[in-house]
Amino acid sequence: MTAPTTPPPATYRTPRAPRLAKRASRVGLYLAAVAVFVFSVFPVYWMIATALKPLGEIFAQTPTLFPTNPTLEHFDRVINDELIPGVPFWRFLANSLIVTLGAVAMGAVLSLLAAIAVARFKFRMRTAFILLLLVIQMVPMEAVIISIFINFKNIQDGTGVQLLGTLTGPLIVYTAVSLPITTMMLRGFVSAVPKELEEAAAIDGASQWTIFWRVLMPLVAPGLVAASIFAFITAWNEFIVALTFLGRSTEAYTLPLTLSYYFGRYGTEWGAIMGASTLLTVPVMIFFLFVQRRMVSGLTMGAVKG
Amino acid sequence: MAQTVEVAPAADEPAPAPPRTQWRFRRRLTSAPYLLIAPAFILLAVVLLWPIVQMVWYSFTTYTVRHLAPTGPTPEWNNFEHYIRLLSDPQFWGILRNTVVVTVVMVGATMIVGTLVGILLHKLPNWLSTTVAVGMMLAWATPAMSASLVFRWLFLPERGLVNVVLARLPDWLVGSGWENYNWFLEPLPLFTILITVIVWQSFPFVSVSVLAGLKSIPAELYEAARVDGSSGWRAFWNITLPMLRPLFSLILVLQIIWDLRVFTQLYVLANSFQNKDVYLLSYYIYQQGFNASPPNYGMGSAIAVVMTLMILAVTAYYVRIMIRQGETR
Repeated sequence: MTAPTTPPPATYRTPRAPRLAKRASRVGLYLAAVAVFVFSVFPVYWMIATALKPLGEIFAQTPTLFPTNPTLEHFDRVINDELIPGVPFWRFLANSLIVTLGAVAMGAVLSLLAAIAVARFKFRMRTAFILLLLVIQMVPMEAVIISIFINFKNIQDGTGVQLLGTLTGPLIVYTAVSLPITTMMLRGFVSAVPKELEEAAAIDGASQWTIFWRVLMPLVAPGLVAASIFAFITAWNEFIVALTFLGRSTEAYTLPLTLSYYFGRYGTEWGAIMGASTLLTVPVMIFFLFVQRRMVSGLTMGAVKG
Repeated sequence: MAQTVEVAPAADEPAPAPPRTQWRFRRRLTSAPYLLIAPAFILLAVVLLWPIVQMVWYSFTTYTVRHLAPTGPTPEWNNFEHYIRLLSDPQFWGILRNTVVVTVVMVGATMIVGTLVGILLHKLPNWLSTTVAVGMMLAWATPAMSASLVFRWLFLPERGLVNVVLARLPDWLVGSGWENYNWFLEPLPLFTILITVIVWQSFPFVSVSVLAGLKSIPAELYEAARVDGSSGWRAFWNITLPMLRPLFSLILVLQIIWDLRVFTQLYVLANSFQNKDVYLLSYYIYQQGFNASPPNYGMGSAIAVVMTLMILAVTAYYVRIMIRQGETR
């Protein structure tokens, strides 16, 4: 790279850079790798480390990099002290799990059905439906939240179904929000199943139902897992809908909203806040490590071949 | 996963493939696809599509919390008053400008950092690349709420790690007065932290995508370039960039749309609605709709229309990319 005057070598080998320069560039690469790693991991590490430090150490003059006397007192405070009066912590965990798993289950069924339609049938509205998915995927929740809130309030007043202040409202919205992406992800999986397999099964006398469960489902299952985890992460992290819909109904709070409450009310108790943040973060991280490859290919669909 | 397997002859292909079994399917079950998409379509239409129409309508009316009550009056058409007020309000223009500037910086920084790290990952030996990637996944996976709280804690005026470190560093390097410096009052420092959080959370997606893109470029292309005697830089400009262009435009669009909507992080970092100087559009919408007294849905919707128009412009480009890549076929 640095010697433009030398003619291209006769052999097709890489021109041999001086050893020293090569080693220097490798050290540079490694240093950059370490820097990226530290930049990525440090805030997460600091969150967990703070959660494990006793109060005196958190606010020490000279902060310690590692907790010298690790303690679980902050986790104990978050879990056992009813930081939101009258509602035990496990309730928020349960709320988050219910609304998240509910949205995942409903979304999985709806998006699988839609994906089969898009991947296996040709019908008049097909292109329109795909375009609709692409556009809706981009609709900013922050913009339509007012209209959705008004609708849900009106429906609630009209029918008596409690959509606000309960988990029902967020459950419906979370299901809808992930649908476009999960449908597009699943569509790829469904259309990757060779049609010949289904035809062979049909020739052998299998019913549509058998074909669906015995042929299609096993092959689409990995995609369903990936799409479900994507929907899980979206719902688990969601904040603005919960904030708007749940308001003061503390017994229906999801975890992100609970954290926001803690921050507003116990703004100086950083040990407890970091402890609660850790509890919110860990489950989603475990899921994420499983699925990140799929998320990339799901989001950048055709742009990366492979 | 890009292309569907089914036979969909492109328009310019001379001989359309003969219809296969799916025609039989179709005859027998013409209503089947509609039944299959119906639940998803209805849910999307009711929850997300119809509210967009309503948002536009509300933005032309005097809709406030007063009209929401079951016995309240019906909102009235108010002759574009919200828009007139917005357009003549220097505060709104300031918020709009801040939103654009902050988004541009966020997207630019995320793209640059993400691409460089993606190239870095590609050059590292496998074990190290995987280790770094797993570390990056942690940043990506952290919920926005947790991430915002951690950065709030890192930048805390008193005893926050950043201020402590800055105060210890020699003054000729970083200046003085860092002890108890409050990052959360003025727009510039607050937006700096906001951008840092966003870049921290979103560069891994760019890097991993770029890495996947780099891996998909056939090695023969580089070999051929080397045989022809072109340098590393020329190979980068003439092979890597053109091959990755579709990927880049897609990531760019996604980043712009995601960053325009940033809410949670700002909600935690600003921690109140007192200081209008640190508002961004999404924050302004929420404040008008749910925090102003009385909550003004009409005004909130008008701001939301402005934001949606910005996002729609970008979405149009996104849809065009997707159509070109055959995603709609």
